[in-house]
Amino acid sequence: MKAIIDWVDSRTGVKKLTHEALYERVPGGARWRYVWGSTLTFAIAVQFITGIFLWMGYAPSGQTAWESVNFIQNETTGGWLLRGLHHYTAQIMTVLLILHLMQVVIDGAYKAPREVNFWFGILLLQLVLGLSLTGYLLPWDQKGFWATKVATNITGIVPGIGRDLQRVIIGGADYGHHTLTRFFALHAGVLPGALIALLVAHIYLFRKHGLKAKEPVKGPDVAFWPDQVLKDAVACLAVLAAVLFLILRHKMFGGHGPVGAELGAPADPSEPYSAARPDWYFLFLFQFLKFFPGETEIWGAIVIPSLAMGVIFLMPFIGKWKLGHRFNIGFLFAILIGAGFLTYLAMAEDKNNATYQVAVKEAEADAERVKVLATALGVPNGGAVLLLRNDPLTQGPKLFAKNCANCHRFDGNDGMGNQPKNSQSASDLKGFGSREWITGLLDPEKIATTNYFGGTKLKDGKMVKFVKKNMPDYTPDQKAQLKKVIAALSAEAGLKAQGALDAQDTAMINEGRTLLKEAMKCTDCHQFRAKDEEATAPNLTGYGSREWLMKFLNNPGHPDFYGKKNDRMPAFGEKQILSEQQIGLIVDWLRGDWFEPLVQVKQ
Amino acid sequence: MDSQKSGQTDRRDFFRKALAVIIGGIAGIVPAIAGLRTFLDPLKHKSDVAPSGVPLIQVTTLDALPNDGVPRKFPVLANKTDAWNKYVNVPIGAVYLRRTPDDKVEALNVVCPHAGCFVDFVAEKGNFLCPCHNSLFTMDGKLADAKSPSPRALDSLKVEVKDGVVSVAFQNFEAGRPDRVPVS
Repeated sequence: MKAIIDWVDSRTGVKKLTHEALYERVPGGARWRYVWGSTLTFAIAVQFITGIFLWMGYAPSGQTAWESVNFIQNETTGGWLLRGLHHYTAQIMTVLLILHLMQVVIDGAYKAPREVNFWFGILLLQLVLGLSLTGYLLPWDQKGFWATKVATNITGIVPGIGRDLQRVIIGGADYGHHTLTRFFALHAGVLPGALIALLVAHIYLFRKHGLKAKEPVKGPDVAFWPDQVLKDAVACLAVLAAVLFLILRHKMFGGHGPVGAELGAPADPSEPYSAARPDWYFLFLFQFLKFFPGETEIWGAIVIPSLAMGVIFLMPFIGKWKLGHRFNIGFLFAILIGAGFLTYLAMAEDKNNATYQVAVKEAEADAERVKVLATALGVPNGGAVLLLRNDPLTQGPKLFAKNCANCHRFDGNDGMGNQPKNSQSASDLKGFGSREWITGLLDPEKIATTNYFGGTKLKDGKMVKFVKKNMPDYTPDQKAQLKKVIAALSAEAGLKAQGALDAQDTAMINEGRTLLKEAMKCTDCHQFRAKDEEATAPNLTGYGSREWLMKFLNNPGHPDFYGKKNDRMPAFGEKQILSEQQIGLIVDWLRGDWFEPLVQVKQ
Repeated sequence: MDSQKSGQTDRRDFFRKALAVIIGGIAGIVPAIAGLRTFLDPLKHKSDVAPSGVPLIQVTTLDALPNDGVPRKFPVLANKTDAWNKYVNVPIGAVYLRRTPDDKVEALNVVCPHAGCFVDFVAEKGNFLCPCHNSLFTMDGKLADAKSPSPRALDSLKVEVKDGVVSVAFQNFEAGRPDRVPVS
């Protein structure tokens, strides 16, 4: 063994190097306040290791970025842990950077002869922030997409070259494949390369000038090894523990949130995202911008932050003046407190912002849904974004809220869980076509309420009169008949949720069909399973089925439906207010017809 | 007295050194293990051949296969999963089909068992030639040359002809070995 070490040593000088590395003098003894540089080096090492492994599963393009990240996160062994480590170490690194900077400024370690190294440190800080910014986009989820869009739009306001600069950064006029390839090359190539070069220089200069001890020293000088190394190792382990805690916190302590790093729904330029926020360490800048209206934005986005950075850069010179050191400390704390306060303001504002809260909830639901769909169905060639665009459970409520909820309700709200501004003036469509819904319709107490015809001009129509006049006096026999008719009419819809019930009650349904025509006299006005030119009310054949509803939404004023008696409902299809696909999504959603994986049902 | 004291310092020193190495080691190894675990994920997903055997895939009709005993190449279409994408009815390989003089259909996987290139049928010579390393096979897929780089004959596949439709139990086998081992 010794012979091998000697052989290597005589050719590389490795012994001397190790000795220099380990026996660096620590003036005044090992101290906890010196650990920050080492923890940062550790964090950078973690990012390199986890980053390279993530690289092996990542595919940067508009149709594969989210898909590959989702595959890492949800389908690959331990992918959630790997991604969690990378994500949260990046966050902790920002904290460590601030702590390191504070320690350097407070201890006066930026002063001569360490000025250049201080500048290297500030450049490293900028590189790490650059890595955070570029990394935020790479999963190509809604959050990263919209937040980065804001960030790159800010580069657009740089005077003169701004627009060209923005174009170069995003690789064209709009966001797409080239934005990802460029950001990825920056994130995994250019910036880490520059980081290593600067880090080597930073550590070299640190060794050259030695550690700047905090005065007054507490004891005799010691060597770096083992005392300071032990402290550094403990600090690194604490960093790792904090990262692991952040990854596992929702799993360990319950609560709401993902295990590991968050992954939103895939980026969709056509789907506005009001929950877009930068990561927390850029929130202060985000909030700061709100104070600069219109043309003055450049002050908040570029001029003032650059000036602050400039002052930090000049600290080694400012520190030479009598009160300079105190000014530097004061300035740094003022920035940190200011940034902290702005961050608090941003968070507090969001907390009290109902629109934002709704957007966050919606985003979480979309993220959860697309994960289920991607796992169960696989991703189509056009990307996972199509899974959500073609999903009734996702799009139905959104389309309903936008197009139907002005008059209608769904379970008392607009389908998204919000209360529309206008009061309800048409039926509540939750469970439309189900036995329960039809039972309510044929209930003399309920038919004239706003949940059925109460809000429309049909409240004085024949149907309401018929129900109110006849049904209260029904004999028990007639009530039993009504029940069968309801079952028969509801079976026309062929609802998924009622499938088992319909299959079980075939005899009753058959009986109901006959009663509907005869005893109940429905066919006096309605058509049912037979052509009737004189029918004056909506056709009951296939009532509530996909086909029936598609035609109804296409034009409710068609003679097959309300004809001229139609109240205010627009012909969504014929007037091209909605496309056939959109109508289909609303219809499927109303009918409770969307993809459910088997596992989900089991739960 | 002095030696006892220095012995104690030595022990404490050793203890601190050991602790530094262990703690530092744990901190460093966790991300590496997390990465390796994900990296080695492909080893976990070796699928076994379904117990029902290799599924038959319809390739062509008997009419499309001339009675001249000359092999024709046909693509094999099936559903395919590639990481996150699921494809429906895409080419997953190709086969040479040949009607033998006794009116049976033989199927050969087009992949050369040497290194995985697609072999060509050379009509003039009536044999299969691999364009990569010149492995030579006879028309029924056997090795045509004792010095052929291929360790085994072309892989023949099970064929079923039913109602004029030719189906093949399509399967790939690991290249570069004398025995046939299905790729799993």
